[in-house]
Amino acid sequence: MNLTNGKGSMSTASSSAAWRAGDVVPDQFPAGLRVLVVDDDPTCLMILEKMLRTCLYEVTKCNRAETALSLLRENKNGYDIVISDVHMPDMDGFKLLEHIGLEMDLPVIMMSADDGKSVVMKGVTHGACDYLIKPVRIEALKNIWQHVVRKKRNEWKDLEQSGSVEEGDRQPKQSEEADYSSSANEGNWRNSKKRKDEEEDAEERDDTSTLKKPRVVWSVELHQQFVAAVNQLGIDKAVPKKILELMNVPGLTRENVASHLQKYRLYLRRLSGVSQHQNNLTNSFINPQEASYGPLSSLNGLDLQTLAATGQLPAQSLATLQAAGLGRSAVKSRMPMPIVDQRNLFSFENPKLRFGEGQQQISSSKPMNFLHGIPTTMEPKQLANLHHSAQSLGGMNMQVNAHGGQGGQGDSLLMQMSQSQSRGQILNETTGSHVPTLPSSIGQPVLPNAVVGGVLARNGLAENGRGTGYIQVSQSSSMLNFPLNSPAELSGNSFPLGSAPGISSLTSKGTFQEEVNSEIKGSVGFMPSYDIFSDLNNHKSHDWELHNVGMTFNASHQANSLQSNLDVGSSVLSHQGFSSSQRTGQNRNISAVGKPIFTAGDATDHVNANNVGPLNTFFDNSVRVKSEIVPDANCDTNIFSEQFGQEDLMSALLKQQQGGVAPAENEFDFDGYPLDNIPV
Amino acid sequence: MERNNQLHRQVILSRQSLFDQGFLDEQFLQLEELQDDANPNFVEEIVTLHYRDSARLILSIEQALSVENFPFLNPKLLFSYLFYCLVQQVKRQLWCLKVASFLCLCRERNPLDFNKLDSLMHQFKGSSSSIGAKKVKAECTLFREFCSAGNGEGCIRTFQQLKKEYATLKKKLEAYFQLARQAGPAQTACRPK
Repeated sequence: MNLTNGKGSMSTASSSAAWRAGDVVPDQFPAGLRVLVVDDDPTCLMILEKMLRTCLYEVTKCNRAETALSLLRENKNGYDIVISDVHMPDMDGFKLLEHIGLEMDLPVIMMSADDGKSVVMKGVTHGACDYLIKPVRIEALKNIWQHVVRKKRNEWKDLEQSGSVEEGDRQPKQSEEADYSSSANEGNWRNSKKRKDEEEDAEERDDTSTLKKPRVVWSVELHQQFVAAVNQLGIDKAVPKKILELMNVPGLTRENVASHLQKYRLYLRRLSGVSQHQNNLTNSFINPQEASYGPLSSLNGLDLQTLAATGQLPAQSLATLQAAGLGRSAVKSRMPMPIVDQRNLFSFENPKLRFGEGQQQISSSKPMNFLHGIPTTMEPKQLANLHHSAQSLGGMNMQVNAHGGQGGQGDSLLMQMSQSQSRGQILNETTGSHVPTLPSSIGQPVLPNAVVGGVLARNGLAENGRGTGYIQVSQSSSMLNFPLNSPAELSGNSFPLGSAPGISSLTSKGTFQEEVNSEIKGSVGFMPSYDIFSDLNNHKSHDWELHNVGMTFNASHQANSLQSNLDVGSSVLSHQGFSSSQRTGQNRNISAVGKPIFTAGDATDHVNANNVGPLNTFFDNSVRVKSEIVPDANCDTNIFSEQFGQEDLMSALLKQQQGGVAPAENEFDFDGYPLDNIPV
Repeated sequence: MERNNQLHRQVILSRQSLFDQGFLDEQFLQLEELQDDANPNFVEEIVTLHYRDSARLILSIEQALSVENFPFLNPKLLFSYLFYCLVQQVKRQLWCLKVASFLCLCRERNPLDFNKLDSLMHQFKGSSSSIGAKKVKAECTLFREFCSAGNGEGCIRTFQQLKKEYATLKKKLEAYFQLARQAGPAQTACRPK
């Protein structure tokens, strides 16, 4: 084995221990690379372990994805690279891949006996750094260290590009290059090991310098903060330094932020790319959130729309939307991802924090006609609104989650809007024109919330869906929330509307639940309890409400609160979701959507059970539906007609409700879309 | 000594024949290369582990493929069974008709879940390929093709063949390892004597 280079003496496992001591010469890299192997097949697992040991790597094996995740979480810097099987019984390999990418940012190699092009492509799109075909040969494993090095290099490059390169940071690099041995002195042998292979990496980082920072795990809260900061600054203007200042997290370095930012951007890009085609519908309201995140209050219809649009975007988008201020009409975020996009979004394994793309999308300059898509009829409009809002919320949520402050704005906005205007708005929305009027106040937040909520729920972003205000405001918001699995933040306030259920079902994956409930105030009852971001989102009631709504869906508990509000929304949503979601055949979900968020809790549970897998799809559907509706006024009518005739929706909705998305609480009996009923 | 040499030769030949006859492929070589002083019985351990683990997969596939062929347990099949008996009594030559009618009814009652079968077989294939079971792997591929084509008959047929290959290889490998153990640790295929 080539790996024995320099390791002659250390051929035993103990050698790796020696390395850890820090006094091992870095030259031995890649020996000692810490690999985590995940595979449910014991035969393969054992073979891989032996092969990796022969390569002089340090191997940890586990046969369950959950175990692997907990191992990684416990020991943040304990591993350098992960190798995972694609088909596993407890969790899809790609989902695990996304989790790891988001939380720990480790290079992940996928492997499978399946060498079909689509599967390999899936690996690529989900961010796997390599894909191995089983049976794996040892030659293939010998070079996996390159992925570790490459990642490090890219991180450094990001740091440099972000302009935050500090002298101190860089200096050690140069000197470190050849200074492998000295790295031993440094505390972190691993860090040095990684670094040294990179040209610019100074393996030895001064203690003071940020180079030697231990690996940062981007937890949900941290990411929310990050997203909030980014939104506040504006995706284009977000530089790691400022983000770092905004985040104000002790121990976080600019480099951490820079690399995370890069990933986030890629993520948003990916999202936007997916939802591009859908933008037409939702573009209006998905204004770039990033700029407007702060003032949620200004959430204008545009923002909401954007949010809604972004709803499709992964959580981040939502967050941005929200952050951008639901009321931000100027949100130029990319066109909210149309329902289709949402679908795509949600199809991502882990919408969690799909930054990057989400943000970008949000920033798309689609005008926020946030509600323009609102169909003439109330219901469609509502749905659209909700949808939009949900979308936007989703986007916003995603981003907002992190930003507590922003959320607050949004929340307030939502609150206000929802309370007073939402009702009217929603009703008016029908004509679509109103939707835009909503802006800044209700319309926007509502929708975005919904969207965001939904998205957030999905992403687990904890948007503060203080949707209470919103919920009222827009059924749409509920809708939005609904599709948005936005993190718990959305505290379901915002969208009691069906969106919640939809979202909840989608997100019931468990991300946001508790929060949402609390958030939902009164009328909306969305309880976007996106547990993940619940704490973060709490303060962002307004924007988040919408999100919450979405989140509530996930929360699945939310159903209760949302019920009342959701009725209207949900029914609307459900219809929409229903029709639109045809594709996924997740009628149940749709209905769940329709069934106000309130049932989210139940519905989600219910739905989840059924659709755990396709949460994303479901979400997409619901979100999509909304987004479609919400976007351009002209569109919505068309969309609506296409998507679902009112009657059909109604019947579908009713049928669904009966059928079962399991929403145990059918408190929300949707009888038509009683917008008026929406308790504000 | 003489005996040892002879045993060694036998081991080498036995091993070679496994390759020549297409039972094993190069993946098995990979396993052998992993075997070293620290793990002198690595290959045998892996193979044993594989057969233990894949047994349950075989069983699962078997169950997924099985038809409910107890007419008495399933009233719906009762008619088919009665018909079967009737035909049997009427004409012995109508055996094909009997079988066909029976099976058709059986299958109708229990349509195959191709997705599940494909998924199970995928797992089994991955496991088999990691020890280098060439013929078994080929049958797995064939089985999956039938699954994607929705050909239940093909699946069943292929599975029977697969089980045969699976059992054959298992026996051969067991014999080989036993021989290798008898010949002594010093004997390895790559070590010339």
